[in-house]
Amino acid sequence: MQELALARGAGGGFVAGVGRGALTALRALGDVRTWAPHLAQQMRRLGVDSVPIAIFIAVFTGIVLALLSNYIFTGAVPLYLVGALVGKTVTMELAPVLTGMALAGRVGANIAAELGTMRVTEQVDALETLAYDANAYLVVPRVLAATLMFPVVTAFAMAIGICSGWVAAIGILDLTALQFKKGLLLFYEFKDIWFGLLKSASFGFAVALMGSLQGLASGGGAQGVGAAATRAVVLGCEAILMLDAFWAVVLL
Amino acid sequence: MIALRDVHKAFGSKRVLDGVSLDVPEGQNTVIIGQSGAGKSVLLKLIVGLFTADAGAVEVDGAEVAALDPAGLVALRGTIGYVFQFAALFDSMTVRENLALGLERKGVTGEAQRARIAEALALVNLPGTEERYPAELSGGMRKRVGIARAIALRPKYILYDEPTSGLDPVTTAVMDELMVKTRDLGHTGVIVTHDMRSAERVGDRMAMLYRGRIRQAGTVAELRASDDPVVHRFIAGLPGEDEAEAAARERAEAAAAGGAA
Repeated sequence: MQELALARGAGGGFVAGVGRGALTALRALGDVRTWAPHLAQQMRRLGVDSVPIAIFIAVFTGIVLALLSNYIFTGAVPLYLVGALVGKTVTMELAPVLTGMALAGRVGANIAAELGTMRVTEQVDALETLAYDANAYLVVPRVLAATLMFPVVTAFAMAIGICSGWVAAIGILDLTALQFKKGLLLFYEFKDIWFGLLKSASFGFAVALMGSLQGLASGGGAQGVGAAATRAVVLGCEAILMLDAFWAVVLL
Repeated sequence: MIALRDVHKAFGSKRVLDGVSLDVPEGQNTVIIGQSGAGKSVLLKLIVGLFTADAGAVEVDGAEVAALDPAGLVALRGTIGYVFQFAALFDSMTVRENLALGLERKGVTGEAQRARIAEALALVNLPGTEERYPAELSGGMRKRVGIARAIALRPKYILYDEPTSGLDPVTTAVMDELMVKTRDLGHTGVIVTHDMRSAERVGDRMAMLYRGRIRQAGTVAELRASDDPVVHRFIAGLPGEDEAEAAARERAEAAAAGGAA
Protein backbone atom coordinates (compact mmCIF):
# COMPACT_ATOMS: atom_id res chain seq x y z
CA MET A 1 0.00 0.00 0.00
CA GLN A 2 2.68 2.42 0.95
CA GLU A 3 4.57 1.57 -2.20
CA LEU A 4 1.55 2.75 -4.16
CA ALA A 5 1.97 6.23 -2.75
CA LEU A 6 5.52 6.42 -4.01
CA ALA A 7 5.05 9.29 -6.42
CA ARG A 8 3.77 11.42 -3.57
CA GLY A 9 7.48 11.71 -2.94
CA ALA A 10 7.87 10.87 0.72
CA GLY A 11 11.57 11.62 0.35
CA GLY A 12 13.96 10.21 -2.19
CA GLY A 13 12.79 12.40 -5.05
CA PHE A 14 10.87 11.74 -8.22
CA VAL A 15 13.36 9.47 -9.99
CA ALA A 16 13.72 7.27 -6.92
CA GLY A 17 9.93 7.18 -6.68
CA VAL A 18 9.57 6.04 -10.29
CA GLY A 19 12.33 3.47 -9.73
CA ARG A 20 10.58 2.10 -6.65
CA GLY A 21 7.29 2.02 -8.56
CA ALA A 22 8.87 0.10 -11.43
CA LEU A 23 10.43 -2.39 -9.00
CA THR A 24 7.15 -2.87 -7.17
CA ALA A 25 5.38 -3.50 -10.47
CA LEU A 26 8.16 -5.90 -11.45
CA ARG A 27 7.71 -7.86 -8.22
CA ALA A 28 3.97 -8.01 -8.88
CA LEU A 29 4.72 -9.74 -12.22
CA GLY A 30 5.03 -12.98 -10.27
CA ASP A 31 1.35 -12.82 -9.31
CA VAL A 32 0.29 -14.13 -12.73
CA ARG A 33 -3.06 -15.42 -11.43
CA THR A 34 -4.09 -11.83 -10.69
CA TRP A 35 -2.94 -9.92 -13.77
CA ALA A 36 -3.24 -12.48 -16.57
CA PRO A 37 -7.07 -12.44 -16.84
CA HIS A 38 -7.01 -8.67 -17.47
CA LEU A 39 -4.20 -8.51 -20.03
CA ALA A 40 -6.25 -9.12 -23.19
CA GLN A 41 -8.86 -6.54 -22.18
CA GLN A 42 -6.17 -3.93 -21.55
CA MET A 43 -4.44 -4.77 -24.85
CA ARG A 44 -7.70 -4.04 -26.63
CA ARG A 45 -8.41 -0.84 -24.67
CA LEU A 46 -4.91 0.62 -24.81
CA GLY A 47 -3.78 -0.80 -28.13
CA VAL A 48 -6.51 -1.74 -30.57
CA ASP A 49 -8.68 1.26 -29.64
CA SER A 50 -5.69 3.56 -30.28
CA VAL A 51 -5.18 2.43 -33.89
CA PRO A 52 -7.54 5.05 -35.47
CA ILE A 53 -5.71 8.02 -33.92
CA ALA A 54 -2.33 6.55 -34.94
CA ILE A 55 -3.57 6.08 -38.53
CA PHE A 56 -4.93 9.63 -38.62
CA ILE A 57 -1.55 11.04 -37.59
CA ALA A 58 0.38 8.76 -39.94
CA VAL A 59 -1.66 9.72 -43.01
CA PHE A 60 -0.85 13.41 -42.68
CA THR A 61 2.73 12.82 -41.59
CA GLY A 62 3.41 10.81 -44.76
CA ILE A 63 1.87 13.46 -47.01
CA VAL A 64 3.74 16.36 -45.39
CA LEU A 65 7.01 14.45 -45.40
CA ALA A 66 6.75 13.66 -49.13
CA LEU A 67 6.02 17.29 -49.97
CA LEU A 68 8.74 18.56 -47.66
CA SER A 69 11.43 16.28 -49.05
CA ASN A 70 10.40 17.17 -52.61
CA TYR A 71 10.77 20.85 -51.68
CA ILE A 72 14.24 20.22 -50.20
CA PHE A 73 15.51 17.89 -52.95
CA THR A 74 14.27 19.73 -56.06
CA GLY A 75 17.26 20.90 -58.09
CA ALA A 76 19.74 19.35 -55.68
CA VAL A 77 19.41 15.55 -55.67
CA PRO A 78 17.38 13.00 -57.65
CA LEU A 79 13.72 13.13 -56.60
CA TYR A 80 13.40 9.36 -56.14
CA LEU A 81 15.24 9.99 -52.86
CA VAL A 82 11.88 11.29 -51.57
CA GLY A 83 11.03 7.61 -51.06
CA ALA A 84 14.20 7.06 -49.06
CA LEU A 85 13.56 10.02 -46.79
CA VAL A 86 9.91 9.15 -46.22
CA GLY A 87 10.76 5.50 -45.50
CA LYS A 88 13.65 6.14 -43.16
CA THR A 89 12.12 8.97 -41.14
CA VAL A 90 8.69 7.38 -40.81
CA THR A 91 9.97 3.99 -39.66
CA MET A 92 12.84 5.16 -37.47
CA GLU A 93 11.50 8.35 -35.94
CA LEU A 94 8.17 9.85 -36.83
CA ALA A 95 5.89 6.84 -36.51
CA PRO A 96 7.22 5.75 -33.11
CA VAL A 97 7.57 9.24 -31.61
CA LEU A 98 4.39 10.86 -32.93
CA THR A 99 2.34 7.76 -32.16
CA GLY A 100 3.96 7.62 -28.73
CA MET A 101 3.12 11.27 -28.04
CA ALA A 102 -0.48 10.83 -29.14
CA LEU A 103 -0.81 7.72 -27.01
CA ALA A 104 0.82 9.46 -24.06
CA GLY A 105 -2.21 11.72 -24.16
CA ARG A 106 -4.78 9.04 -24.81
CA VAL A 107 -3.39 6.11 -22.83
CA GLY A 108 -1.45 7.95 -20.11
CA ALA A 109 -4.32 10.27 -19.21
CA ASN A 110 -6.81 7.41 -19.39
CA ILE A 111 -4.83 5.24 -16.98
CA ALA A 112 -4.10 8.11 -14.57
CA ALA A 113 -7.73 9.25 -14.49
CA GLU A 114 -9.08 5.74 -14.04
CA LEU A 115 -6.68 4.71 -11.28
CA GLY A 116 -6.86 8.17 -9.69
CA THR A 117 -10.65 7.92 -9.45
CA MET A 118 -10.30 4.44 -7.98
CA ARG A 119 -7.82 5.81 -5.46
CA VAL A 120 -9.94 8.76 -4.26
CA THR A 121 -13.11 6.65 -4.06
CA GLU A 122 -11.25 4.04 -1.98
CA GLN A 123 -11.68 1.34 -4.63
CA VAL A 124 -7.94 0.67 -4.50
CA ASP A 125 -8.17 0.22 -0.72
CA ALA A 126 -11.18 -2.05 -1.23
CA LEU A 127 -9.15 -4.16 -3.64
CA GLU A 128 -6.41 -4.54 -1.06
CA THR A 129 -8.84 -5.47 1.71
CA LEU A 130 -10.10 -8.23 -0.61
CA ALA A 131 -6.53 -9.58 -0.44
CA TYR A 132 -5.48 -8.47 -3.94
CA ASP A 133 -2.15 -6.84 -4.72
CA ALA A 134 -3.24 -3.57 -6.35
CA ASN A 135 -0.03 -3.49 -8.39
CA ALA A 136 -0.68 -6.93 -9.82
CA TYR A 137 -4.35 -6.21 -10.47
CA LEU A 138 -4.13 -2.67 -11.83
CA VAL A 139 -0.58 -1.73 -12.84
CA VAL A 140 0.95 -4.86 -14.35
CA PRO A 141 -1.76 -5.58 -16.97
CA ARG A 142 -1.74 -1.95 -18.12
CA VAL A 143 2.05 -1.65 -18.33
CA LEU A 144 2.38 -5.02 -20.08
CA ALA A 145 -0.46 -4.25 -22.49
CA ALA A 146 1.04 -0.88 -23.44
CA THR A 147 4.53 -2.38 -23.85
CA LEU A 148 3.17 -5.08 -26.15
CA MET A 149 0.66 -2.98 -28.08
CA PHE A 150 2.55 0.29 -28.73
CA PRO A 151 4.77 -1.52 -31.30
CA VAL A 152 1.69 -2.98 -33.00
CA VAL A 153 0.05 0.44 -33.26
CA THR A 154 3.36 1.92 -34.42
CA ALA A 155 3.67 -0.78 -37.10
CA PHE A 156 0.30 0.32 -38.46
CA ALA A 157 1.49 3.94 -38.36
CA MET A 158 4.68 3.01 -40.24
CA ALA A 159 2.77 1.24 -43.01
CA ILE A 160 0.13 3.95 -43.34
CA GLY A 161 2.71 6.76 -43.20
CA ILE A 162 4.75 5.25 -46.02
CA CYS A 163 1.66 4.51 -48.09
CA SER A 164 0.32 8.05 -47.71
CA GLY A 165 3.75 9.45 -48.64
CA TRP A 166 3.73 7.17 -51.67
CA VAL A 167 0.25 8.29 -52.72
CA ALA A 168 1.21 11.96 -52.20
CA ALA A 169 4.39 11.50 -54.25
CA ILE A 170 2.42 9.99 -57.13
CA GLY A 171 -0.62 12.23 -56.88
CA ILE A 172 0.87 15.61 -56.05
CA LEU A 173 4.53 15.39 -57.10
CA ASP A 174 6.07 14.43 -60.44
CA LEU A 175 7.14 11.00 -59.23
CA THR A 176 6.13 7.57 -60.44
CA ALA A 177 5.33 4.67 -58.16
CA LEU A 178 8.51 2.91 -59.31
CA GLN A 179 10.69 5.94 -58.57
CA PHE A 180 9.29 6.20 -55.06
CA LYS A 181 9.81 2.46 -54.54
CA LYS A 182 13.37 2.72 -55.83
CA GLY A 183 14.16 5.39 -53.25
CA LEU A 184 12.31 3.53 -50.52
CA LEU A 185 14.37 0.37 -51.02
CA LEU A 186 17.66 2.11 -51.72
CA PHE A 187 18.80 2.54 -48.11
CA TYR A 188 16.33 0.16 -46.47
CA GLU A 189 17.63 -2.02 -43.66
CA PHE A 190 15.63 -4.32 -41.40
CA LYS A 191 17.16 -2.48 -38.49
CA ASP A 192 15.02 0.55 -39.43
CA ILE A 193 11.91 -1.42 -38.54
CA TRP A 194 13.04 -3.11 -35.34
CA PHE A 195 14.69 0.07 -34.13
CA GLY A 196 11.35 1.90 -34.40
CA LEU A 197 9.39 -0.95 -32.84
CA LEU A 198 11.82 -1.39 -29.96
CA LYS A 199 11.62 2.31 -29.22
CA SER A 200 7.84 2.24 -29.25
CA ALA A 201 7.78 -0.70 -26.81
CA SER A 202 9.88 1.33 -24.37
CA PHE A 203 7.55 4.32 -24.92
CA GLY A 204 4.56 2.12 -24.08
CA PHE A 205 6.22 0.92 -20.89
CA ALA A 206 7.06 4.48 -19.79
CA VAL A 207 3.67 5.99 -20.65
CA ALA A 208 1.69 3.27 -18.85
CA LEU A 209 4.01 3.29 -15.84
CA MET A 210 3.77 7.10 -15.49
CA GLY A 211 -0.01 6.95 -15.84
CA SER A 212 -0.29 4.20 -13.23
CA LEU A 213 2.03 5.84 -10.70
CA GLN A 214 0.43 9.25 -11.04
CA GLY A 215 -3.06 7.77 -10.82
CA LEU A 216 -2.34 5.73 -7.71
CA ALA A 217 -0.60 8.68 -6.07
CA SER A 218 -3.45 11.09 -6.70
CA GLY A 219 -5.51 12.55 -3.90
CA GLY A 220 -7.77 15.47 -3.18
CA GLY A 221 -10.85 14.54 -5.19
CA ALA A 222 -11.61 15.56 -8.76
CA GLN A 223 -8.96 18.28 -8.80
CA GLY A 224 -6.31 15.78 -7.69
CA VAL A 225 -7.34 13.31 -10.36
CA GLY A 226 -7.21 16.03 -13.01
CA ALA A 227 -3.75 17.06 -11.87
CA ALA A 228 -2.61 13.43 -11.93
CA ALA A 229 -3.84 13.02 -15.51
CA THR A 230 -2.03 16.19 -16.58
CA ARG A 231 1.20 15.08 -14.88
CA ALA A 232 0.91 11.65 -16.48
CA VAL A 233 0.73 13.17 -19.98
CA VAL A 234 3.57 15.63 -19.41
CA LEU A 235 5.83 13.02 -17.80
CA GLY A 236 4.93 10.46 -20.47
CA CYS A 237 5.93 12.88 -23.24
CA GLU A 238 9.15 13.79 -21.46
CA ALA A 239 9.98 10.12 -20.98
CA ILE A 240 9.40 9.48 -24.69
CA LEU A 241 11.81 12.24 -25.70
CA MET A 242 14.47 11.04 -23.27
CA LEU A 243 14.11 7.41 -24.35
CA ASP A 244 14.22 8.51 -28.00
CA ALA A 245 17.59 10.16 -27.41
CA PHE A 246 18.77 7.18 -25.35
CA TRP A 247 18.04 4.64 -28.11
CA ALA A 248 19.63 6.88 -30.73
CA VAL A 249 22.84 7.07 -28.68
CA VAL A 250 22.86 3.36 -27.89
CA LEU A 251 21.78 1.80 -31.18
CA LEU A 252 22.74 4.15 -34.01
CA MET B 1 -9.11 -10.65 19.30
CA ILE B 2 -8.03 -7.29 17.95
CA ALA B 3 -5.73 -5.34 20.25
CA LEU B 4 -4.16 -1.92 19.84
CA ARG B 5 -1.22 -1.09 22.07
CA ASP B 6 -0.07 2.52 22.40
CA VAL B 7 -0.60 3.19 18.69
CA HIS B 8 0.72 6.44 17.20
CA LYS B 9 0.07 7.70 13.69
CA ALA B 10 0.82 11.06 12.10
CA PHE B 11 0.44 12.41 8.55
CA GLY B 12 3.17 14.97 8.08
CA SER B 13 2.98 17.32 11.04
CA LYS B 14 -0.62 16.34 11.85
CA ARG B 15 -0.68 13.87 14.74
CA VAL B 16 -3.83 11.78 14.34
CA LEU B 17 -3.39 8.97 16.87
CA ASP B 18 -1.33 9.67 19.95
CA GLY B 19 -1.15 6.51 22.03
CA VAL B 20 -4.35 4.57 21.35
CA SER B 21 -4.81 1.36 23.34
CA LEU B 22 -7.95 -0.71 22.90
CA ASP B 23 -9.10 -4.34 23.06
CA VAL B 24 -11.88 -5.54 20.78
CA PRO B 25 -13.49 -8.64 22.27
CA GLU B 26 -14.73 -11.39 19.94
CA GLY B 27 -18.37 -11.94 19.17
CA GLN B 28 -19.41 -8.41 20.04
CA ASN B 29 -19.91 -5.10 18.26
CA THR B 30 -17.44 -2.49 19.48
CA VAL B 31 -18.38 1.03 18.45
CA ILE B 32 -15.73 3.72 18.22
CA ILE B 33 -17.20 7.18 18.53
CA GLY B 34 -15.56 10.54 18.18
CA GLN B 35 -15.75 13.76 16.25
CA SER B 36 -15.08 13.98 12.52
CA GLY B 37 -11.34 13.97 11.90
CA ALA B 38 -10.59 12.28 15.22
CA GLY B 39 -8.78 9.43 13.45
CA LYS B 40 -11.48 6.74 13.65
CA SER B 41 -11.14 5.66 10.01
CA VAL B 42 -7.34 5.70 10.32
CA LEU B 43 -7.70 3.27 13.19
CA LEU B 44 -9.70 0.85 11.01
CA LYS B 45 -7.13 1.11 8.22
CA LEU B 46 -4.37 0.27 10.68
CA ILE B 47 -6.22 -2.89 11.70
CA VAL B 48 -6.49 -4.12 8.10
CA GLY B 49 -2.94 -3.10 7.20
CA LEU B 50 -3.78 -0.28 4.77
CA PHE B 51 -1.74 2.05 7.02
CA THR B 52 1.21 1.23 9.22
CA ALA B 53 1.50 2.67 12.73
CA ASP B 54 4.44 5.00 13.42
CA ALA B 55 4.78 3.47 16.88
CA GLY B 56 2.96 0.92 18.99
CA ALA B 57 1.41 -2.35 17.88
CA VAL B 58 -1.80 -3.46 16.19
CA GLU B 59 -2.47 -7.15 16.79
CA VAL B 60 -5.10 -9.36 15.20
CA ASP B 61 -5.40 -12.83 16.69
CA GLY B 62 -1.96 -12.41 18.24
CA ALA B 63 -0.19 -11.44 15.02
CA GLU B 64 1.29 -7.96 14.73
CA VAL B 65 -0.09 -6.49 11.50
CA ALA B 66 2.98 -4.35 10.69
CA ALA B 67 5.28 -7.36 10.98
CA LEU B 68 3.36 -9.52 8.50
CA ASP B 69 4.94 -10.41 5.15
CA PRO B 70 2.75 -10.05 2.01
CA ALA B 71 1.48 -13.64 2.34
CA GLY B 72 0.66 -13.03 5.99
CA LEU B 73 -1.17 -9.84 5.11
CA VAL B 74 -3.23 -11.69 2.50
CA ALA B 75 -4.11 -14.31 5.13
CA LEU B 76 -5.05 -11.61 7.64
CA ARG B 77 -7.27 -9.83 5.13
CA GLY B 78 -9.00 -13.14 4.53
CA THR B 79 -10.31 -12.93 8.09
CA ILE B 80 -11.46 -9.30 7.87
CA GLY B 81 -14.32 -7.78 5.92
CA TYR B 82 -14.23 -4.02 5.42
CA VAL B 83 -17.30 -1.89 4.78
CA PHE B 84 -16.22 1.47 3.38
CA GLN B 85 -17.91 4.78 4.16
CA PHE B 86 -19.01 5.29 0.56
CA ALA B 87 -19.17 1.54 -0.16
CA ALA B 88 -16.18 1.68 -2.58
CA LEU B 89 -17.88 -0.66 -5.02
CA PHE B 90 -16.11 -1.19 -8.33
CA ASP B 91 -18.02 1.01 -10.79
CA SER B 92 -17.27 -1.07 -13.85
CA MET B 93 -18.56 -4.28 -12.29
CA THR B 94 -22.06 -5.51 -11.58
CA VAL B 95 -23.15 -6.26 -8.01
CA ARG B 96 -22.49 -9.95 -8.65
CA GLU B 97 -18.98 -9.25 -9.96
CA ASN B 98 -18.28 -7.00 -6.97
CA LEU B 99 -19.16 -9.82 -4.61
CA ALA B 100 -17.44 -12.47 -6.71
CA LEU B 101 -14.08 -10.66 -6.72
CA GLY B 102 -13.22 -11.44 -3.11
CA LEU B 103 -14.70 -14.93 -3.33
CA GLU B 104 -12.55 -15.79 -6.34
CA ARG B 105 -9.50 -14.75 -4.38
CA LYS B 106 -10.52 -17.21 -1.70
CA GLY B 107 -10.99 -19.95 -4.28
CA VAL B 108 -14.80 -19.97 -4.06
CA THR B 109 -16.05 -20.43 -7.63
CA GLY B 110 -18.93 -21.91 -9.63
CA GLU B 111 -22.10 -22.99 -7.86
CA ALA B 112 -20.65 -22.37 -4.40
CA GLN B 113 -19.88 -18.78 -5.40
CA ARG B 114 -23.38 -18.23 -6.79
CA ALA B 115 -24.90 -19.60 -3.58
CA ARG B 116 -22.72 -17.37 -1.37
CA ILE B 117 -23.63 -14.28 -3.41
CA ALA B 118 -27.33 -15.06 -3.29
CA GLU B 119 -27.13 -15.73 0.45
CA ALA B 120 -25.27 -12.48 1.17
CA LEU B 121 -27.65 -10.40 -0.95
CA ALA B 122 -30.66 -12.02 0.72
CA LEU B 123 -29.19 -11.17 4.11
CA VAL B 124 -28.99 -7.47 3.21
CA ASN B 125 -32.43 -7.68 1.61
CA LEU B 126 -31.25 -7.02 -1.93
CA PRO B 127 -32.08 -10.21 -3.81
CA GLY B 128 -32.32 -9.85 -7.59
CA THR B 129 -29.82 -7.00 -7.84
CA GLU B 130 -26.95 -9.22 -9.07
CA GLU B 131 -26.81 -7.79 -12.58
CA ARG B 132 -27.20 -4.13 -11.65
CA TYR B 133 -24.29 -1.69 -11.65
CA PRO B 134 -23.45 0.47 -8.60
CA ALA B 135 -24.54 3.61 -10.49
CA GLU B 136 -28.05 2.13 -10.69
CA LEU B 137 -28.34 1.79 -6.90
CA SER B 138 -29.25 4.31 -4.21
CA GLY B 139 -26.70 5.30 -1.54
CA GLY B 140 -28.31 3.01 1.03
CA MET B 141 -28.40 0.09 -1.42
CA ARG B 142 -24.75 0.61 -2.27
CA LYS B 143 -23.84 0.50 1.42
CA ARG B 144 -25.82 -2.71 1.84
CA VAL B 145 -24.01 -4.22 -1.15
CA GLY B 146 -20.79 -3.18 0.60
CA ILE B 147 -21.89 -5.15 3.66
CA ALA B 148 -22.91 -8.09 1.47
CA ARG B 149 -19.45 -8.05 -0.14
CA ALA B 150 -17.90 -8.29 3.32
CA ILE B 151 -20.33 -10.93 4.64
CA ALA B 152 -19.98 -13.14 1.55
CA LEU B 153 -16.37 -13.75 2.52
CA ARG B 154 -17.53 -15.08 5.92
CA PRO B 155 -14.88 -13.12 7.76
CA LYS B 156 -14.20 -13.37 11.46
CA TYR B 157 -14.19 -9.58 11.80
CA ILE B 158 -16.15 -6.89 9.98
CA LEU B 159 -14.94 -3.29 10.12
CA TYR B 160 -17.60 -0.68 9.36
CA ASP B 161 -16.46 2.84 8.45
CA GLU B 162 -19.32 5.31 9.08
CA PRO B 163 -21.96 2.83 7.89
CA THR B 164 -24.91 5.17 8.42
CA SER B 165 -23.50 8.52 7.35
CA GLY B 166 -25.65 10.30 4.80
CA LEU B 167 -28.56 7.89 5.13
CA ASP B 168 -32.18 8.70 5.97
CA PRO B 169 -33.48 7.48 9.37
CA VAL B 170 -35.31 4.48 7.92
CA THR B 171 -32.29 3.25 5.94
CA THR B 172 -30.12 3.92 8.99
CA ALA B 173 -32.37 1.64 11.04
CA VAL B 174 -32.07 -1.04 8.34
CA MET B 175 -28.28 -0.74 8.45
CA ASP B 176 -28.32 -0.96 12.23
CA GLU B 177 -30.41 -4.13 12.09
CA LEU B 178 -27.92 -5.58 9.63
CA MET B 179 -24.98 -4.88 11.93
CA VAL B 180 -26.79 -6.54 14.82
CA LYS B 181 -27.70 -9.47 12.58
CA THR B 182 -24.10 -9.97 11.45
CA ARG B 183 -22.97 -9.96 15.07
CA ASP B 184 -25.61 -12.57 15.91
CA LEU B 185 -24.22 -14.68 13.07
CA GLY B 186 -20.89 -14.68 14.88
CA HIS B 187 -18.98 -11.85 13.17
CA THR B 188 -17.06 -9.53 15.48
CA GLY B 189 -17.81 -5.94 14.49
CA VAL B 190 -15.80 -2.76 14.83
CA ILE B 191 -18.03 0.15 13.94
CA VAL B 192 -16.77 3.67 13.52
CA THR B 193 -19.47 6.31 13.73
CA HIS B 194 -20.46 9.65 15.18
CA ASP B 195 -24.15 8.79 15.00
CA MET B 196 -24.96 8.20 18.68
CA ARG B 197 -28.42 6.77 18.07
CA SER B 198 -26.98 4.17 15.73
CA ALA B 199 -24.06 3.52 18.09
CA GLU B 200 -26.41 2.72 20.97
CA ARG B 201 -28.55 0.44 18.82
CA VAL B 202 -25.71 -1.72 17.47
CA GLY B 203 -22.98 -1.51 20.11
CA ASP B 204 -22.17 -3.94 22.88
CA ARG B 205 -19.13 -1.94 23.84
CA MET B 206 -18.16 1.60 23.05
CA ALA B 207 -14.94 3.60 23.04
CA MET B 208 -14.55 7.30 22.55
CA LEU B 209 -11.59 8.61 20.59
CA TYR B 210 -10.61 12.12 21.60
CA ARG B 211 -7.47 14.07 20.74
CA GLY B 212 -5.70 10.97 19.48
CA ARG B 213 -6.41 8.77 22.51
CA ILE B 214 -9.18 6.60 23.87
CA ARG B 215 -10.94 8.88 26.31
CA GLN B 216 -13.14 6.16 27.77
CA ALA B 217 -14.06 2.58 26.85
CA GLY B 218 -16.69 0.32 28.32
CA THR B 219 -20.19 -0.95 27.79
CA VAL B 220 -22.73 1.31 26.15
CA ALA B 221 -24.44 1.78 29.51
CA GLU B 222 -21.16 2.75 31.17
CA LEU B 223 -20.45 5.44 28.60
CA ARG B 224 -24.03 6.67 28.78
CA ALA B 225 -23.61 7.14 32.52
CA SER B 226 -20.13 8.62 32.20
CA ASP B 227 -19.33 11.61 34.38
CA ASP B 228 -16.45 12.56 32.06
CA PRO B 229 -17.59 15.95 30.70
CA VAL B 230 -16.06 15.32 27.25
CA VAL B 231 -17.83 11.96 26.87
CA HIS B 232 -21.04 13.31 28.33
CA ARG B 233 -21.07 16.32 25.99
CA PHE B 234 -20.42 14.17 22.92
CA ILE B 235 -23.14 11.65 23.77
CA ALA B 236 -25.60 14.44 24.60
CA GLY B 237 -24.66 16.28 21.40
CA LEU B 238 -23.58 19.43 23.22
CA PRO B 239 -20.78 21.67 21.97
CA GLY B 240 -17.57 20.46 23.56
CA GLU B 241 -14.43 22.09 24.80
CA ASP B 242 -12.96 22.33 21.30
CA GLU B 243 -16.07 23.93 19.85
CA ALA B 244 -16.35 26.38 22.77
CA GLU B 245 -12.69 27.33 22.38
CA ALA B 246 -13.11 27.78 18.61
CA ALA B 247 -16.22 29.92 19.07
CA ALA B 248 -14.47 32.08 21.69
CA ARG B 249 -11.48 32.50 19.37
CA GLU B 250 -13.73 33.49 16.46
CA ARG B 251 -15.55 36.02 18.68
CA ALA B 252 -12.22 37.48 19.81
CA GLU B 253 -10.96 37.68 16.22
CA ALA B 254 -14.18 39.33 15.07
CA ALA B 255 -13.97 41.84 17.90
CA ALA B 256 -10.34 42.60 17.09
CA ALA B 257 -11.19 43.06 13.41
CA GLY B 258 -14.09 45.36 14.35
CA GLY B 259 -11.83 47.39 16.64
CA ALA B 260 -9.17 47.74 13.94
CA ALA B 261 -11.76 49.01 11.46
